[in-house]
Amino acid sequence: MINEALFFSAVLFTIGVVGVLTRRNAIIIFMCVELMLNAVNLTFVAFSKLYGAAGQIFVIFVMTVAAAEAAVGLAIIISIFRHRETVNLQNINLLKG
Amino acid sequence: MGYFYQINFYIFGLLAIASALAFVTRKSPVAAALWLVNTMFCLSALYIMMDAQFIGAIQVLVYAGAIMVVFLFVVMLLNLGHPSDIADMRGTWGKLIAAGIGVVLLAQILVIQRQRLPRIVPDVEAPRNVITGIAQPLFNEYLLAFEVTSVLLLAAIVGAVLLAKRRG
Repeated sequence: MINEALFFSAVLFTIGVVGVLTRRNAIIIFMCVELMLNAVNLTFVAFSKLYGAAGQIFVIFVMTVAAAEAAVGLAIIISIFRHRETVNLQNINLLKG
Repeated sequence: MGYFYQINFYIFGLLAIASALAFVTRKSPVAAALWLVNTMFCLSALYIMMDAQFIGAIQVLVYAGAIMVVFLFVVMLLNLGHPSDIADMRGTWGKLIAAGIGVVLLAQILVIQRQRLPRIVPDVEAPRNVITGIAQPLFNEYLLAFEVTSVLLLAAIVGAVLLAKRRG
């Protein structure tokens, strides 16, 4: 069962990477990052079956960081949208405001 | 490890992958977010099947319940969803399938109400000390990391409010 979980996790991570590389909407790219974090969490839980509860504690930390990251990232996206009226990353190509 | 268990594990894993594929290919951000919620529910089922019941519950509460709601909130705040793609009613096929499932569910409820159900005795003992196994190392070995997490959350709150605030 651990092998299958690792396989699912790898596939989900790859889908997340493909999404980050192919999509242009900043919010969807952000959701793809969340998907990648979820895939890693699945790996942690699968290994916690072999090596004890430390993996599950790591999952809790990853979830906390993901929540913080979502809050800050979405605030950044909102402030970019106020400035440029778009969330399409093709149109956001300057570091200068 | 029962056969039934194995099959369910595969079903939830494949559902998670299918939902993730649907999520990446959707045009509308609202539809994409809802597919991602489905992926997270399937992952939660996988966690529970791998004896991580607490993580499964937290996954539903935090990811599907909180983080994705924030995403949907921002999508709707910025008015990015396409109203035509997420029209309220589906086509004829959607209505037919919905009617079929509704009839089946109603029939099941009626049958259950008629019968007197036997008392169900679980053949598997409910797992105990699920949270203790996580809480013990979390508050002993990883206490410093746990406390640092609270600082991280505080920084995130302050940062989010400051960034999203209107200048003026």
